[in-house]
Amino acid sequence: MTDLRLTSEDQATLNGERGAAAGMAMAVLVRFCAALGAGGLLDIARTHIDGCLYHGQAGLDFVDRLVALGGKVQVPTTLNVGSVDLIHPELMRVKREDESPMRRLMSAHLALGCAPTFTCAPYQTRFRPRFGEQIAWGESNAIIFANSVIGARTNRYGDFIDLCCALTGRAPAWGLHLDANRRGQILYEIVGLSASLAASDSLYVAVGLVIGEKSGDHLPVINGLPPPRDEDQLKALGAAAASAGSVAMFHAVGITPEAATVGEAFGGRTPDQTIAISEADLAQALARLSKVPDGSPISAVSLGTPHFSLDEWRRLIPLLRRYRPQRNIPIYVNTGRDTLSELDRTGELAELHDFGVRPVADTCTYVTAILKEIEGVVMTNSGKWAYYAPGNIGVTVAFGELEDCVRSAAAGRVTRGS
Amino acid sequence: MEREAVAVIAGNAEGMALVLSQPLSFWGGIDVATGRIIDANHPDQGETVTGRILVMPGGRGSSSSSSVLAEAIRRKTAPAGIILARTDAILAVGAIVADMLYAVRMPLVVGDTEGLVSDLPTEIRDVGASCCVIRQDARAGGIPPLSRA
Repeated sequence: MTDLRLTSEDQATLNGERGAAAGMAMAVLVRFCAALGAGGLLDIARTHIDGCLYHGQAGLDFVDRLVALGGKVQVPTTLNVGSVDLIHPELMRVKREDESPMRRLMSAHLALGCAPTFTCAPYQTRFRPRFGEQIAWGESNAIIFANSVIGARTNRYGDFIDLCCALTGRAPAWGLHLDANRRGQILYEIVGLSASLAASDSLYVAVGLVIGEKSGDHLPVINGLPPPRDEDQLKALGAAAASAGSVAMFHAVGITPEAATVGEAFGGRTPDQTIAISEADLAQALARLSKVPDGSPISAVSLGTPHFSLDEWRRLIPLLRRYRPQRNIPIYVNTGRDTLSELDRTGELAELHDFGVRPVADTCTYVTAILKEIEGVVMTNSGKWAYYAPGNIGVTVAFGELEDCVRSAAAGRVTRGS
Repeated sequence: MEREAVAVIAGNAEGMALVLSQPLSFWGGIDVATGRIIDANHPDQGETVTGRILVMPGGRGSSSSSSVLAEAIRRKTAPAGIILARTDAILAVGAIVADMLYAVRMPLVVGDTEGLVSDLPTEIRDVGASCCVIRQDARAGGIPPLSRA
């Protein structure tokens, strides 16, 4: 069916001439190309591996096989979150026999030469890719951020295939690696926003949810998005879109680097479809995230999905000082270990424990049995967390702005708005 | 009803169809121990994919779904086969790796899903050249239903 053309070097890799592990990785890539109709492979500059979350024996079997065959990554390679907080093991509420394979999976990746970043926000580390760079990234929020906000080029690589790209330095030449597939297809026009929604972080989550739900695998272009305060708002938008749908890239006209104008975003073509997004659409999308009314008691707050950046910490800290939560309601903050080291170095972390802040590194509160009170209501400002946590760890979610999360922790109950 | 589909993973499978109106993310969407759909936002929450011919518009969400599908195949809680209206790279990788590690081949095909309905015996048959035939038969004497609980 496919006309897959391998270079002589790819063929040599496939034949095992660069080691048995690279040969196995190339064999997966070749079948993957055949499955997708990709015509060949291209060089990549870096990879981000989403294989450190333990989903069962299969993931470990795959990495163990590559380690046993002597595999090494061929390009700078970052690691996504794992199932264990290696920095704060005391937070873990996992049985020792269950934790052992989780740790083994994380260390097996280090044996392949991956960097121990253990973060879902590799774009906010020193491994951030550059505009136009070809990369092979796993982790849906990282994929959409790299493509949309930075203008690097990756498809939605999943577990296994990202590692195969890392071990070979090659990726299938298809999809969003290629100019033709980076043009917009659906135009979303945001109309009639109120000043209060336009000024909120929630706006970006809501827009993400709406385009995620409506776009299928078509590339959305957002027109009329208020200029974001910083890239963390676009990070929230992308994470929500990639949770509610399979969106791997969006353009925001006048904001993202390949969309200076509507015309550029669509590559000169006309949109297949135009959809208006109203304030009511956005309010409904946000309302669906919260399953309890205002005033309901909460047992915890979870922030940092995707991992909190330094800027996000520095927005949180003044809010903590202002509202001074003292009710022993834990405020879990997922973040990268490098971000945490920086906060430690500057002394900014010292006072936070008294407010209930519990930094979580290397993992995320919704993938692991880390929360003390897993049956209660947990408040979050993350659309992605609100989307996945109920299914993964059985909590009930209340969604709100960052400030509302802190106020709620101080009040002990869901407190939103003015 | 019988039609051709493109084989992403060629192979043979049969089971009762489970037709989902919305794409399902295996990660966060499936309990890998039981095969049950646990995504609270999914209209088919509570259904079980194990042994079914899973029919859906496409994949969705997290790139961890490859591992979850491979693990479900290893544990024998996966669908017997998957029919998608549009291809999904993340599910394809899970199926390729399960085949390489465990020599278990779960067919994954892409084709027209229009008219396929749940709870009818459904078959995916490998006819070679990266092509599979999908067959669903409502009449008695068609493919015998699996006696799975």
